[in-house]
Amino acid sequence: MNLLSIFVAIPVLMLAGLFLSRTRQQARIISATGASLLMVAAVALAFLFMAERHAGNTAEMLFTASAQWFPAWNIGYSVGVDGISVLMILLSAFIVFTGIFTSWNIDPLPKEYFMWFCLLSVGVFGFFISLDLFTMFMFYEVALIPMYLLIGVWGSGKKEYAAMKLTLMLMGGSALLMLGILGIYFGSGATSMDIMDIAQSTIPTALQKYFFPLTFIGFGVLGALFPFHTWSPDGHASAPTAVSMLHAGVLMKLGGYGCFRVAMFLMPEAANELGWIFLILTGISVVYGAFSACVQKDLKYINAYSSVSHCGLVLFALLMMNTTAMTGAIMQMLSHGLMTALFFALIGMIYGRTHTRDIREMGGLMKIMPFLGVGYVIAGLASLGLPGLSGFVAEMNVFVGSFQHADTFHRVLTLIAVTSIVITAVYILRVVGKILYGPVQNPAHLKLTDAVWFERLPVVVLILAIAAIGLYPSWIADWIHTALEPIVSRLTLAAL
Amino acid sequence: MEYTLWILILPLLGFLSLGLLGTRLKGKSAGYIGTALLGLTALLSYFTAWQYFSMDRVDGIRQALTPVNWTWMRFTDFLHIDLGILLDPISVMMLVVISTVSLMVHIYSLGYMDGEKGFQRYYAFLGLFTFSMCGLVVATNIFQMYIFWELVGVSSYLLIGFYYTKPEAVSASKKAFIVTRFADMFFLMGILLLSYFTKTFDFGLLCDPANQSIFASAAGKTFLGGAVLSWATALIFIGAAGKSAMFPLHIWLPDAMEGPTPVSALIHAATMVVAGVYLVARLFPVYFFFTPEVLHGIAYVAAFTALYAAIVACVQTDIKRVLAFSTISQIGFMLVALGVSSMGTVDNGLESHEGLGYMASMFHLFTHAMFKALLFLGAGAIIHTVHSNEMSRMGGLRKQMPITHITFLVACLAIAGIPPFSGFFSKDEILTATFMFKPWLGVVMTFIAALTAFYMFRLYYNIFWGKPAQHEHPLHEAPKNMTGPLVFLALVTVVAGFIPFGKFVSSTGAAYIIHLDMKVAITSVVIALISILIAWKFYCKGTSTVPAKMAGFFGPLYTAAKHRFYIDEVYQFITHKIIFRCVSQPLAWFDRHIIDGILNGIGWITCRGSLAFRWMQTGQLQSYALLIILGALILLCISLFC
Amino acid sequence: MEHIIPMEYYLVVSSIMFFAGIYGFITRKNLIAVLISVELVLTSTDINFAVFNRFLFPQHLEGMFFTLFSIGVSAAETAVAIAIIINIYRNIKSTEVRNLKNLKD
Repeated sequence: MNLLSIFVAIPVLMLAGLFLSRTRQQARIISATGASLLMVAAVALAFLFMAERHAGNTAEMLFTASAQWFPAWNIGYSVGVDGISVLMILLSAFIVFTGIFTSWNIDPLPKEYFMWFCLLSVGVFGFFISLDLFTMFMFYEVALIPMYLLIGVWGSGKKEYAAMKLTLMLMGGSALLMLGILGIYFGSGATSMDIMDIAQSTIPTALQKYFFPLTFIGFGVLGALFPFHTWSPDGHASAPTAVSMLHAGVLMKLGGYGCFRVAMFLMPEAANELGWIFLILTGISVVYGAFSACVQKDLKYINAYSSVSHCGLVLFALLMMNTTAMTGAIMQMLSHGLMTALFFALIGMIYGRTHTRDIREMGGLMKIMPFLGVGYVIAGLASLGLPGLSGFVAEMNVFVGSFQHADTFHRVLTLIAVTSIVITAVYILRVVGKILYGPVQNPAHLKLTDAVWFERLPVVVLILAIAAIGLYPSWIADWIHTALEPIVSRLTLAAL
Repeated sequence: MEYTLWILILPLLGFLSLGLLGTRLKGKSAGYIGTALLGLTALLSYFTAWQYFSMDRVDGIRQALTPVNWTWMRFTDFLHIDLGILLDPISVMMLVVISTVSLMVHIYSLGYMDGEKGFQRYYAFLGLFTFSMCGLVVATNIFQMYIFWELVGVSSYLLIGFYYTKPEAVSASKKAFIVTRFADMFFLMGILLLSYFTKTFDFGLLCDPANQSIFASAAGKTFLGGAVLSWATALIFIGAAGKSAMFPLHIWLPDAMEGPTPVSALIHAATMVVAGVYLVARLFPVYFFFTPEVLHGIAYVAAFTALYAAIVACVQTDIKRVLAFSTISQIGFMLVALGVSSMGTVDNGLESHEGLGYMASMFHLFTHAMFKALLFLGAGAIIHTVHSNEMSRMGGLRKQMPITHITFLVACLAIAGIPPFSGFFSKDEILTATFMFKPWLGVVMTFIAALTAFYMFRLYYNIFWGKPAQHEHPLHEAPKNMTGPLVFLALVTVVAGFIPFGKFVSSTGAAYIIHLDMKVAITSVVIALISILIAWKFYCKGTSTVPAKMAGFFGPLYTAAKHRFYIDEVYQFITHKIIFRCVSQPLAWFDRHIIDGILNGIGWITCRGSLAFRWMQTGQLQSYALLIILGALILLCISLFC
Repeated sequence: MEHIIPMEYYLVVSSIMFFAGIYGFITRKNLIAVLISVELVLTSTDINFAVFNRFLFPQHLEGMFFTLFSIGVSAAETAVAIAIIINIYRNIKSTEVRNLKNLKD
């Protein structure tokens, strides 16, 4: 079996195992083992990838394999990874791993919960390894559907509404996407759905102008592109902890990943021509999300809006179309993935104790649960871009890269986006000041306990990952640079 | 001189070990570990200074060294963040200042923080701060400086909020961080702008007078009516103004006094707040050669700030606030000196006196760090005993606290500019430089110097003389580990003025021979003495009614000054009323109701639409059949006749 | 073969039967009557198959076979339909068409 197919096979096997499991303990053990295996596989993949590159293999995609799946329509199961996909797989493995531990005590129906969770990871991993447009789309759908049940059954608050809204909006996005994909396929006249094959032929610019916006918005909905972001606050607020983590941490990255891998890579001319519209929209996302987060009262809403702002920055940087900014975008995906996962994990743990997410009802938690408090502060500092943590390297790449753009329009937009670093500081410090510092608000909270082992594990793992990227960014930067080369060169060629 | 890396590593090690071990360590031992590491750092800094300054000059000019430089992150082929160590006169001088004051604060805190909860955390943060501050001063490029600039900001945030259960401390720390972050945003924009044209972050390239071609691409380019380079340097200065608490970004500094007093001594008096001065000094060639108008602007802003802060300091009653405003005012002095300075020319291995302002600024930075740290630590000793920051709770303390009294007096004399204490020499050079630039500015600065002497002695007399206040417990002198640093810093303050500072630091790197301008020196000393006399008259006995009458006479001005001219209220208004009420809340509302409303509206329309077609589903088999047949007939007709 | 009945006659008969069946299907109230109408429709198509086979493709027999097959199917269908109707009658004590709209609500 191909190396990459392991990433789909493990969750599928987990599904089978979970199906046969009888007790909660069994379900936990199977999930934890599977998630650890995924983590091991992801790390192994990273090393193998490095070794391969070291050995001088300069092919765009490594570990490729391909099989015909539906020959009449040239649909195949073709897989392959470049540096960016490897990083995304690593990220997903991290989040799935930590997510499993965060949902250690899920109630009710633990077995079913873990099954849907596994199905979600099938979709996520499948998406990142696929090179075939249709297979990619299929995995994308596989990743979206379980969301509906995970939120609808295990969520909290207005869960039915949120689940319905999230699913419908994302499905609406994928309808556009489907059109876009078909347009790309027929427009290119290629004889396969493989992205690399389609890239060999050019799609007429007139057609691109129709299908680029469709594809970009289709993926953009998942990437929280303004004004299609409103599923995010409701969805994240209602979802159970681990689902919020996976959703904000990985699923929203599917959007950004698709935007450059499909929309921008295959339709560079339209990207250059229409990019400015989306640039304005994403610029709005960045500032607007940050401002909206300033006045929210629910911890999860604050994070959801902050995700809108941060993911807006991802798309913003992608549209700047130069290596530095796009490197920043990828780093921001990783960084945002890890740090929102951390945020949501901590919020889940705090909520599990205080039974409220309203920041006005909490205070002085640092004294009561120092571990969670310190974790929250670190996540906050990463979010506001403290040097040494991942947010900083991502943002600086984005800002410096965007500012190298030759157009004054782009540079002015960059300066506007830079203001988000202050607004981010405002809302992060507001929350930290309100819930962690100050005197204890609610005397009943004094009896609460700090984190236990299965809660500490994900927090520590995520913090380590955030610090690793923040302290030594050049290793991932190198991978991303190599992976971006063909994309950027196509884009610059198209600009001429 | 690769060993200088250890100056950074040791405090970081302290931070990591104390931070990770946390409460597993006993509080005291955490303190000793932190202090020991810092002691090593200080020794290394002194050794570095000795080695650096005893190196041979090349053509009479001190050379900058870069013992370590490592590319940390590469943006483009020419833009990359390097992390390294740049040794030149000002960075070495700063290393000495930072490690000295930090060491003193570490020792002092062993006594001051004794018995506090979170001793480990405190020392961990001090280590983090020392690491970041050293990293800032040795930065080889502007982006490295930005990185450490942020790190000192966060350590300041953590230390101001050390007493995190106190709401005032929390909001003060938040305010400090956000205000400086706001300024940092402009700093970042400035960096982006500057690097876009010069294609480099490197200080060595930016500040080399021989290498001015890198600025060529910016020539003639304007943005909104200003030259792009002026924009860039002005934006960078806003960043500097935020850290150095220049008007109107000074509002965080007085509130930052909520932190533990030793922290105020270290961060908010001696080291971090002069980072802005350091940044301007670091980029001085850029400012001087390319944007002299911005440099002059800096001088005016700084002079105004100095005046403003001095006036406010005259009426504050919280002793730490007085010191905070005095710090703002003194930083104003340093920046004025930089702003009025020119680049000296080297002749025969000696620098001409055009570079006086630069030298004076750095000299004042050095002496001020010592005597202001001394003042804060002294104030800390007093607060430690009295358990209050208010002047009214003090008075007559000279008998109970003799050592604190003498050292405090030394510092007051130094800041007032009385010879032979160090402040006299540095301040005198600043005044001379200002008179050389514009005589009227010199007069203003002399007036501010007089105000300084007045408010410092107001403070001194109110604390140590005057009417003793009632206390429930007996007052006592601070323990040895607190008075030790006081005595040490007092000794430094006494002798520092006699250091031939110009031989070490000057605008070009050549030796500068300091000579006193007698006219300026005598005037300023006389004026300072008169101010002290007035303060003595007003406050020494504690019975004079003149201050109250004066307050009545200056009514509105007095009230305004007492409320710091309502700048905080203006900010409060802008942030709460405008940003929160008029931007954030409407945006959030807009999001929830308009954007989301549109989406929900689409859903609603779909529901309504399907209801509208629902009547067609009668449930009657026969009506369906009829429709099917009609449909079939219509299709048939179409296929037959069309 | 002048004495032979022309094809149109057959078609007229089957059309009358077809539309009579349709009319009955739409208007009858009783399920049994509806069923009978369906049978009429089916039979009319059977006639058509047979006629077209006889007149247009006399050398083939597919039409005839199909007619036989269709008669078989309609017999089975009638049996099933009657069974359903009996069950409906057992449940709602009625074979009226308009009482059968439980699926709608």
